[in-house]
Order: sequence, then structure tokens, then C-alpha cells
Amino acid sequence: MQKADVVVVGNGMVGHHFVESLNNISPALSITVLGEESAPAYDRVHLSDVFAGTDPSDLALTDELAYRCIGVTAHFGDRVTHIDTEAKQVTAASGLRVEYDKLVLATGSYPFVPPIPGFDLPKCLVYRTLDDLVAIRSAAKNARRGVVVGGGLLGLECANALRNLGLETHVVEFAPGLMGVQLDETGSATLRSKIEDLGLTVHTNTATQSIEQHEDGSLIMNFAGGAALQTDLIVFSAGIRPSDQLAKETGLAIGERGGVVIDDSCATSHADVFAIGECALYDGRIFGLVAPGYRMAEVAASQVSGGTETFQGADMSTKLKLLGVEVGSVGDAHGKAEGSQCFTFSDPIKKAYMRMNVDNNSSKVTGAVLVGDCSRYDTLLQYYLNELPLPEDPTSLLVSGAGGVEISASMLPDTATICSCHNVSKGVITGCIEAGCMDLGELKAETKASTGCGGCAALLKSTFESELEARGLEVDRSLCEHFGHTRQALFHICQVEGISQFADLISQHGRGKGCDICKPVAASIFASLYNEHVLEKPHVGLQDTNDHVLANMQKNGTYSVVPRIPGGIITPDKLIAIGAVGKKYDLYTKITGGQRIDLFGAQIHELPAIWHELIQAGFETGHAYGKSLRTVKSCVGSTWCRYGVQDSVAMALLLEDRYKGLRSPHKLKMAVSGCTRECAEAQSKDVGVIATENGWNLFVGGNGGMRPRHADLFATDLDDNTLLLYIDRFLMFYVRTADRLQRTSVWLESLDGGLDYAREVVIDDSLGICAELEAQMNNVVGTYQCEWKSTLGDKEKLKRFRQFVNTDESDPDVVFVRERGQRRPATEDELALAAKAI
Amino acid sequence: MATTNLMRPLTVCITADLVPHSGVAVKVGEQQLAVFYMPDESPQIYVMDNYDPIGRANVMSRGILGDIKGELVVAAPLYKQHFRLCTGVCVEDEGVSVAVFKSAIIDDSVVVWL
Repeated sequence: MQKADVVVVGNGMVGHHFVESLNNISPALSITVLGEESAPAYDRVHLSDVFAGTDPSDLALTDELAYRCIGVTAHFGDRVTHIDTEAKQVTAASGLRVEYDKLVLATGSYPFVPPIPGFDLPKCLVYRTLDDLVAIRSAAKNARRGVVVGGGLLGLECANALRNLGLETHVVEFAPGLMGVQLDETGSATLRSKIEDLGLTVHTNTATQSIEQHEDGSLIMNFAGGAALQTDLIVFSAGIRPSDQLAKETGLAIGERGGVVIDDSCATSHADVFAIGECALYDGRIFGLVAPGYRMAEVAASQVSGGTETFQGADMSTKLKLLGVEVGSVGDAHGKAEGSQCFTFSDPIKKAYMRMNVDNNSSKVTGAVLVGDCSRYDTLLQYYLNELPLPEDPTSLLVSGAGGVEISASMLPDTATICSCHNVSKGVITGCIEAGCMDLGELKAETKASTGCGGCAALLKSTFESELEARGLEVDRSLCEHFGHTRQALFHICQVEGISQFADLISQHGRGKGCDICKPVAASIFASLYNEHVLEKPHVGLQDTNDHVLANMQKNGTYSVVPRIPGGIITPDKLIAIGAVGKKYDLYTKITGGQRIDLFGAQIHELPAIWHELIQAGFETGHAYGKSLRTVKSCVGSTWCRYGVQDSVAMALLLEDRYKGLRSPHKLKMAVSGCTRECAEAQSKDVGVIATENGWNLFVGGNGGMRPRHADLFATDLDDNTLLLYIDRFLMFYVRTADRLQRTSVWLESLDGGLDYAREVVIDDSLGICAELEAQMNNVVGTYQCEWKSTLGDKEKLKRFRQFVNTDESDPDVVFVRERGQRRPATEDELALAAKAI
Repeated sequence: MATTNLMRPLTVCITADLVPHSGVAVKVGEQQLAVFYMPDESPQIYVMDNYDPIGRANVMSRGILGDIKGELVVAAPLYKQHFRLCTGVCVEDEGVSVAVFKSAIIDDSVVVWL
């Protein structure tokens, strides 16, 4: 029999969070996980993204191997059928038995399907798991209309999924309004009207009495009162029920309407058995959101480790975007408390509605409802959570901009939660600042704050800045000691004043003589704006190590050379040509991650000859040395692949040809995949393009490296021209506004309003600058030159490539040794040995 | 400072070999030197050992020139430490330095006292 200190039943988001938390606190404890679903834990909250193009595997939170790496034994697709609390062991369907010291139930919940006749007909589905998605997608093929039963939060998420599948979507709700739990009557009506504007049909006050199958295979829903609706598929999303059967059979205390009863320590009626997440009933309530579930997981992990953390209930306030409509609900949204008074505001033009509830003596906010405009959510939530005294004019809490009250960090106590997804309090943030964190991006990486739903981005930023200020620290965004400006400001200065030389820039807007920070920044800005050759006389002294000689300096002072191989597509002849050059100059040859070939060990004086031969063979510079576009990686797409749906190679070539040579704040990487299998790994690139049946999905802001970041879906199903247009605008907006050495990922995170804001600028042209961005990009594209080709034709520039200006000798200190048939730099030890031998 | 008693002036290159606001390398016997040309400064010429003691390669001549709080420096191209042009002392680690040499432009010649 197997034995583990802790056995976890269920591997959903909460079960997984428990495993992670426990492993963090008590890495020595042995943990066994038994999950009923065949897939390891995945991000259920973003399930509907799958219909918008996200690959299901991207939702994964872990896998078996990752568990093994932290010493966790996991069995997936094996349901626990029996718990023996006497013998302290569990038995699974496969017959597997595991003894435990402590047991944690994280069995989650299942969708409630009302027991109406016909509920079990084919194409009557539910929406909770990845398997459910597969069933919905397959039922939606050839379907025209889909109905969601349930107008709550999950129901509307599901309606969005059906809409994304291209179905005419109906929502049927038994109650008088949508999202009745979170919204009041007017809020509900406002939401309904906005959703109907999107083309969805909403039926409220509608009880389904039976479902029948029509002879053509479609379904007929018969409603109370005689009405009927024909549809091709039905998805039930009428609430959840705790999965408490196993606990019930074990004899644990169960609530009247279901749920495993737990106390403050998340323990069930049996002290060695804990329950967390949606299967647990605390204080008579089931918490159907992920944040409270995570909190329970942390409490249980603490308790199992002998700690004393307790669960005190959770705030169920929520802010989300349903079908593109912003909806927020805070505390007692309906104002049910005795003596509750309410303020309301509605904007009939924008179709926005706000309601704020205050207590009977008007001293604090007790709840709020927001539909169509959530800009006041953060302020109202903080007033509610921290019981802040109402301002003299309480209506100012409902007003944005002038006259409105903005929540400021100084008003909040240290215990105030800033990021509820990751449970980051103001105290944690101030702690980080005390410990020396002076950068918002760094703070996010450190605390994970604002990396979940991102709803707290604005509050996090203002907290960070006001805390810095309170410590007498200015948020100094100066580039370096020579310029009191940001890179963005310098870019504008150069653009507006037409400055094209460093001498002018520093004499008019800076001080001193410049340095290795501001000079390359200026060189990059000039290149983005005017695209002159980087080795033109006034720019030579500005170039960073690698731009300096158009090659990448390696540890022994020699260089590597990377010819451009657009899209990773290369003819045998060109491959041979690279081989011949490598052989002739005895270069160490390696395939790069970007589908190119890197040739190492060239000395500075050899570079022109090497490039002469490469250019003769039809190559161009690959800009591997520049903060500029590196490669556009591609898969073979529909040209060869059985699964390809678009010509990813042609698109990669088009993109690489268009953006090669674009100088930017940091390096840029792109990729194009020919289908959703994503072999080109486009979602780890600054700009990723993935083919769909209808065109291209555009992803932005991904990168690998030290802090990998998954790209965000930016726009879907674009045609070729629109795709190029969006990339033009996106890149130029980035080039203009990013900080020095800021990848697109960090830049996106640092934008006020983040991805949504970038979309507004690039897609909706909210700043009215798109024409300018396009013109600027066209200028860069139009003035492209192969920097190596022009260098070879210019005697002055070639002078840079002498090892010594007074002799043709080469550097005698560059010593190579051979390894695996190639030469590489000698190590320190090898150099010492060689010196002794002499 | 490597200004020893046995100094003798030696022409290492001509001014046409220099690149304004940047460096070039010269080799005199076994000695490799970085020669920096800053036409707006006085003096206009700065010469130091081309060997970067931290990066352990002969690359100093390829660094970016500038100043830190008014002191002229070159940023070593491998790991970006700054070395003072006048003394050769590393700004980030005062215990590390490179040899610097007296130099001058005489007519069209760049002369270094070695």
C-alpha cells in the first residue's frame, strides 16, 4: 500500500493551489494527488478563451512531470470511491489504496441541471470542464442556434462562448433579471439591453417545462405559458452544486442544501479531514469564486503544517467583462441590510448604471452595482472593504474625473487588499518598497500583484507611486545622469524638433557628454525616426558593443555572425554557401532558436570578407546584433503540413521582409503558425500570428528568457492586410512609447489600461495617431538597407573593421582549442597551460 | 600609472586613423593600446591598455565614451564597467585599473609615451 503524509482528492484550481501552497510551506511532506478528471489542473476561469483561439493546453496549470519535480505523486483520471477515516486510507476506482495522515477534499462542484423532462437528450450539454468544451464544439458544428439555460455569471460566460462559435445565441433565465445575485433590477435591465444590442436574445421570467427532440434532430424547448423555442443545442448553466457525495458516504457533516461543513481551520467534522473550494460549506455558504477557494487552500496548507492561519469568509465582490460589457458588484449589492440607503446614477447615452448603498447613518459604503462602466469599482470596493468614512458629498464617489473622489493609497490601512487574485495587501507592497524595490514591473514580478485579472492595475500603480512619494523618493524616470527625460519623452523631442544628431540632442536637452546608456538610446531613436545607417559618422560613437561592428561580441572579444534566413526557409545551395563560409574561416557553427545559423569566432578584421561572401551568396544581415527585429519563426503551414490551414511560410516571409531593420527599444521576435497546433511557438513572441480557418489570430507581448510571458490574444480572424496594419501600428506605438530595453511584455504591463488600452489605440484609433504610426512604419520599411551591403561599399565605414590601425597583424591573445570538430575559445585553465608550455 | 622612467615618445598612428568620439586599437610590439579621440575635449587624445582586466579580452577600444559626473570614462564593451580615461581606474571597482599612457597629437601624428 502507498502512503503519504497528505492525500489530496481533486485536482482543480483550488486543489492545485493547495499542493503548491503546502509544498512551499512544508516541502518535506509527501503529497499524493488523486484527480477524477483526466487532465491535470487547468485554468477553468478562462475556459471560454478556448473558443477565442486559446489552445486548451495553454490553460494547464501543471502536469504530472511538474508534480514529480516537487515530489508530488499524482494519479489523474482515477476517482476516489471510498474513504476509511478509521484506517486513514482512501480507495480509488482503479483499486489503488493510499494511507494518509491528513486528507484534503477539493472535489469542487458540478453544474446543476434542472430535472425537466428531456434534459438528458443529445445536445443538451453543460459547461464546466475541457471535455464539456469538446462536446459543445462538436455539437455546434453545423448548428445555427444555441440556447444557454441560466442568466447568471457562468451562463453569460457560456453565452459568450456560443457567440464566439458563431451561433445565434439565446439566454433563458427563470428569474426576472440577469445576474440576479450580483445586480439589482435596474442593473440587470441595463445589462440586458447592452447584451441585446450585441444581437443576443434574452428570455427572462421563462421556465422551461420540457425539452423534446424534433424529427430533424433539433430540440424544442417548451416554456411555461405555451411558448416554445427551437434550437440546435442547449447548454445548462443554472448554477453549481458542491460535489459532496464522497464526503456524505464517509459520514462527514453535510449542510442542509449540500456542501461539506468546515470550520475556521477548513477542517471538516473529522479533524484529520479538510475540505476546500466549491465543495466546502463555510458559515452556511458555498464560495463559487476562485479567490476564496485559494484562500481556503492556503489556510488548509497552514493547518496541515501545524500553522494557525484561519479562514474568515471572503468578500464576494467581483468585477468582470461579460460579452464585452463591464459589470461590477460590491458587498451588499441589493441593499438588503436594514436602513440601507442608496444613491444611483444612470447614463442613458452610454447605457451605464451605478448604484451605491450606504448604511442607515450614511457613514460607510455597504455595497454597489456597476454596469457598463466599472471605472468607480476600485474606489467603491476599497471604501467598502476598509469601511472608510464617506466623503462629505457621497455622490462624489460615483463621479469620475474632476469632482470625483479617487481612492488614494494613503487612505488605506496596511491590511487593505490591493490585488485579490493573489491576495497582495498594501502592507506587502510597502514591504517590497522598503526592501528596495523601485520599479513597478519589478514589484509585479516580485508580488504577482496585478498579474491575475489585472483589475487592480491602476490602484497598484497609484499605491506604488504614493508610497514612494511618502518616503520622499521621487519616481525618477530619468534616462541617466545626462538626460532628465524618459526614452518616450526623448523620442517625442527628437520627432517634434527634428533632431537627428546626438551632439544637438545633448546640448539642447541634456548635460555632460553622454554615456553608454543614453548614446545607444539616441542611436535607436534616430534609427526609428530617420533610419540612417548606424555607422554614419555622427552615429558611430553612439552604437552599443554589437551595433558598433554589426556583429555580436563574444566572451573572448571575437564576434558571431548571423545571416538572415527569413522564416527559417533556406535552399540547399544557400545552406552550402553558409557551410563554405564557416569552413573557410573556421567558424563554430550552431543552429539558433530562431531558425537561423550562428557562426562564431570571427575576428573583427575578418567580418568584411565573411560578409562579402555571404552577400555574394544572396544573404542579408540578420540584425542579430541590434535591438531590432530578429527573426520571424515559422512552421511549414499549409504548404506541406496535413493540418495547416493557412500559408504560414508566406506570411512569415512577408512579415520578416517588412519589419527587418526596424530599430526598437529592445529586440523583437515574431512567429507565424499555420494552425492552432502552434508549432512555431508564436505565443512566446513579441508578435505572434496563428492561422485560423478564417484568417489570422494576432498575439502580442510574449517572450521567453528570464521571465517568460505568454502572449495575449490581441485580435482574431484578421485578413492579411488588417493583420499587417495592426502590427504596423502596434510596433510603432511600442517603438515610440516604451522605455529603454523594455520588451513588449513589460511595456504592455506598464501601459495604463494595459492590453485593452493598446487595443483601443491600435484597433479603434482612440488617440487618432494610427495614420501617423502607419506613415512612420512605411518610412522605415521604405528606407531599409542591408547594413552590411552598404558598409562593404563604403571605404570610410570599412575602416572600423581593422584589428589595429597601425598594422595588419591579428590579436595574438585570441586562442582557440578544438572540441567536437570545431574551434572554441580556450578556457582560463587552457590558456595558463599553454603559457607554461611556452 | 604606467608612466615609468624609461618613457619614450612613439608615433602609433596618424590622425586620419582616428574616429571622433570613439576608439581605435594599435599594436606596438606586444603592447596593444586603445586610442580614444574626443575632439571637443582637452586633451583630445586618451590612451590606455586595450586589455579589459574584467572581461579578459583586448576590447577596450570598442567601448562607448562618455562621462560620469563630469569624469571622462569608457564603458568596457563586454560587461559595461566604466574606466576613467585619465587614470584607468574602474568606477565600479576602485581596486581594478588599466594602465594609461601619456599621449599627444603632434602635427598629424598620434604620439604615445611608452
